[in-house]
Amino acid sequence: MTRSFDVVIVGAGSIGTPTAFFLAQEGIRTLVIDKLASVGQGANKAAIGGIRATHSDRAKISICLKSIEIFSTWEEEYGDHIGWVQGGYSFVAYREQDEKTLKGLIELQKQYGLNINWLSRDELLEVIPDLNREGLRGGTFSPGDGSACPLLAVHAFYHRAKERGAEFHFGEEVTDIMVKAGRVRGVKTTKGEYSTGCVINAAGPWARKVANLAGLDVPVRPDSHEAGITEPVERFLGPMVVDIRPAEGSANCYFYQHYTNQIVFCITPRPNIWGEDTRETSVFLPMAARRIIDLMPRLANLRVRRVWRGLYPMTPDGSPIVGKVRELEGYINAVGMCGQGFMIGPGLAVYLVKMVKDELSAEDEEVLSGLSAYRDFGGEEKLK
Amino acid sequence: MRDGYRIQKHPILPVDGREAIEFYWKGKKLLAREGETIASALFANGIRIFGHHKKDGAPQGIFCANGQCAQCMVIADGLPVKSCMVQVTPGVRVEPVDGDPKLPPVEEVPRFGDIEEIEVECLIIGGGPAGLSAAIELGRLGVRTLIVDDKHRLGGKLVLQTHKFFGSIEACYAGTRGIDIATRLEQELQQYESVACWLNTAAVAVFSDQKVGVVRDGKEYVLIRPDVLLVAAGAREKSLAFKGNTLPGVYGAGAFQTLVNRDLVRPTEKLFIVGGGNVGLIAGYHALQAGIAVVGLAEVMPQCGGYKVHQDKLARFGVPIYTSHTIISANGQDGVESVTIAQVDENFKPIPGTEKSFECDTVLIAVGLDPVDEFYRKAREFGMVAYAAGDAEEIAEASAAMFTGKIRGLEIARELGREVGEIPPDWLRTAEVLKSKPGETGAESLPEKDEGVFPVLHCVQEIPCDPCVSVCPQECIVIEGDDIRKLPRYTGGECTGCARCVAICPGLAITLVDYRKDPDYPTVTIPYEFLEDTIAVGDVVTVLDMEGQVLGNVEVVRVRNVKANDRTILIGVKAPREIAKRIAGIRIQEERVTEPMDHYVERLTDDVIICRCERVTAGEIRHFIREGFTDMNALKFPTRAMMGACGAKTCANLIKRIFREEGIPESEIVENVHRPLFMEVPLKVFCKVEGDSHDKEL
Repeated sequence: MTRSFDVVIVGAGSIGTPTAFFLAQEGIRTLVIDKLASVGQGANKAAIGGIRATHSDRAKISICLKSIEIFSTWEEEYGDHIGWVQGGYSFVAYREQDEKTLKGLIELQKQYGLNINWLSRDELLEVIPDLNREGLRGGTFSPGDGSACPLLAVHAFYHRAKERGAEFHFGEEVTDIMVKAGRVRGVKTTKGEYSTGCVINAAGPWARKVANLAGLDVPVRPDSHEAGITEPVERFLGPMVVDIRPAEGSANCYFYQHYTNQIVFCITPRPNIWGEDTRETSVFLPMAARRIIDLMPRLANLRVRRVWRGLYPMTPDGSPIVGKVRELEGYINAVGMCGQGFMIGPGLAVYLVKMVKDELSAEDEEVLSGLSAYRDFGGEEKLK
Repeated sequence: MRDGYRIQKHPILPVDGREAIEFYWKGKKLLAREGETIASALFANGIRIFGHHKKDGAPQGIFCANGQCAQCMVIADGLPVKSCMVQVTPGVRVEPVDGDPKLPPVEEVPRFGDIEEIEVECLIIGGGPAGLSAAIELGRLGVRTLIVDDKHRLGGKLVLQTHKFFGSIEACYAGTRGIDIATRLEQELQQYESVACWLNTAAVAVFSDQKVGVVRDGKEYVLIRPDVLLVAAGAREKSLAFKGNTLPGVYGAGAFQTLVNRDLVRPTEKLFIVGGGNVGLIAGYHALQAGIAVVGLAEVMPQCGGYKVHQDKLARFGVPIYTSHTIISANGQDGVESVTIAQVDENFKPIPGTEKSFECDTVLIAVGLDPVDEFYRKAREFGMVAYAAGDAEEIAEASAAMFTGKIRGLEIARELGREVGEIPPDWLRTAEVLKSKPGETGAESLPEKDEGVFPVLHCVQEIPCDPCVSVCPQECIVIEGDDIRKLPRYTGGECTGCARCVAICPGLAITLVDYRKDPDYPTVTIPYEFLEDTIAVGDVVTVLDMEGQVLGNVEVVRVRNVKANDRTILIGVKAPREIAKRIAGIRIQEERVTEPMDHYVERLTDDVIICRCERVTAGEIRHFIREGFTDMNALKFPTRAMMGACGAKTCANLIKRIFREEGIPESEIVENVHRPLFMEVPLKVFCKVEGDSHDKEL
């Protein structure tokens, strides 16, 4: 007998797992299917854990403010420690053009409810005393942002979703999304068949393949980013520090102190490294180490423990693609998070539940309009 | 200066008594020997607790003393280091790690240089018996070879082996002590100009762009692109799950040998050994040689896995061997005060009521080795031409490692286009022979005659070893056929009483019985490798049979220590003819040393630690396995097991074992993903910082 679910989510990662939790919370019968062996084994576990509402567009600011609300109250609500630290984010400026770009966004950011201010050089050094002072002009500071542990958080969402009746099938790959008369009817997998009227594509780097199963296309393709983590040291760093200056081989660089007191660091490779290769290279460490020591000399003696490489599901303009599609009823995109799935996930889950229940308000619709699959993809994200 | 924690005299090793270096521990001035590691210097000053874990405040000490785990971390001049790998420098200020270390301030951005990239034909990771032997073959053929080794001298674990080696003399220096084999290999290698050695150089990663990252002297990062990679990185000691398994004083048998035989530190007064393989048995012997009491050895199987000659030797010296016994707990608050063991049933479960406790300050774990094969696995994954040799390929004796190293050397040379012809088929056969596990054990058969002089071979288990055959000038010790794994036999032929066989036998398993002077009280010659001043003519000693049964007390009539016998002293005792042929050794340790306590000690805390770095207990792992976790990567999420400094080097196998105990088939278990770095490296090392001056000032 074919089992039936209200919603089938493809992908038990940063988006699929919290979405399953909030759906199950509403009593919606939910099945999550993931080809990997357990929760969060795709892009989620490669996420570094930064959570910010400091974005340059209304949709992500609103969604991430919601995420922050969920992350910051999770332990209190549900009792799970997820490593939440409200250390804030700081985009630092050493060049006039960066100061201009960052200052230029503040008004819009505030308008959508973000607590953010420009700090002068001296004010910023009070928040982050170890920054390289030479040439420092100041920077933004958004104290409401923070970080959590992707591993603990996804495990908590998973655990609580199961508790509320959501089912998770691992090591099972969706092979077909069954469509009849313009409507989703179910999914076929390597292990069976399930009937459902609603499929949420939350397949991260593999979102395009999943969309293709429904006869659809979505402009998501993965590129790869390397990250590193150090040994733990006594807490000395509050916010995530983001340097948006490009350098040879990288578009930016950022790091923060994790709840374990380890420093997690990352760069955005430029040019992009397209594809699904997640094997570590010899290029990353020398490139990243220079950048971060230059930004914060105190990190020179900090020992690197591990490096890894993960995938960003990229879209042409650097913003996610979220929502129902005109071509197929019952199919929902929650894809193209461009490396921000972890911070977007819980907030977006709240919107997705309303979407499934057809309860989106006009304001919600307005927030999500920027993430429409039918938008003009010509623009570019300013705070990537 | 008098110092209770240093070995002042050793029967095999030269003792250089100079404590020339001053350093500080918690602000107090202490003395160290030049060249020794911080860990050894601390032990030599009686310090066994190097800090406290931030998670639960548990005291931390050494476990591997080999750079593999990360438990021995201390702060040296403001920076965290592995104390077992870093040498003491004059004036260095060493502090314990209590909680997270403080990152020292750095005022200026250092000047960066370019990371050096070099190409070699063959890169060898590990300069132990396998790596050196391979390098000698490669050197002979002019192959441009680089050996990197993370220690301060070549030889790998050979430098810890004070005993004479098994095997055959021509193939692998049988009858020569491991420490001396290391020196010979090193000298042989020096004549080959195409081979370079970088000591104190750790391989930290193999990357997908086919480069190997190494760190020289803890500060210089070099990327090496080899045509062929040979991984000869040896093995690491397995951990074991029991209550109190991370107390300071519980550590690997290899770590113990490092402290005692390499660094001549006396880390303990009284120890207990868990594991009856060769490593555990030999560690017991090394302890006795260093004047350390061995209160017992527990082996969970009904028989010890190590060579019977090692086991018998230990039993004769007065060390009780508890087969079918397991360790229940190491007891104590800040260090080991006692150990509790119990007998096991056929399913290896402890039998209640059989518990016994012994007073001791140290528990050595010798429950097997795991290959250090992460470099090899990564290299293969990334499509490099890679070989493995020695323990990194397959755990076996060092003699086998030398031989597989030689073979890999030739194979690599051939891979690189050198004319090497066929690998000699007898090499391949010898390699297999040397790797072979002990074969059948027979009963001891004593020669029937009671006259003249002849050797008695207390050697009843088939192991690959034949130096006794090689040294007998009369050819009256033989092995049938040409398989050195078979038992040697005295032919009954004319023996001159030269006692060369007695002196060379690595198992100390040959005696010589001489009836010529007094047929009723023949003289029995027994090999002895303890301090010469512990025995003298006229002493009455307890003699025992092969397996350690007491035969009686007899008088010492001769003590002969000649250079040719390479520190094996030959003791002559006068014994009644009824027992003379059965005498196999002299008791060293008094029985009272090994008596159990009158009650057994129960450890109540639930501290069976699986992941040492993050201090994750067996209970936590079991909980999630019972929840349905079969992906080892998923276990990381809620527990942090496998995510610590060592990179799952010690805990992954213990976790697999819990899966087995919980009845999860191996096919369902998903292996944990391995990522570099294989050890922690300061960020600045990746930028080739010019000058290092601010280091010293901190």
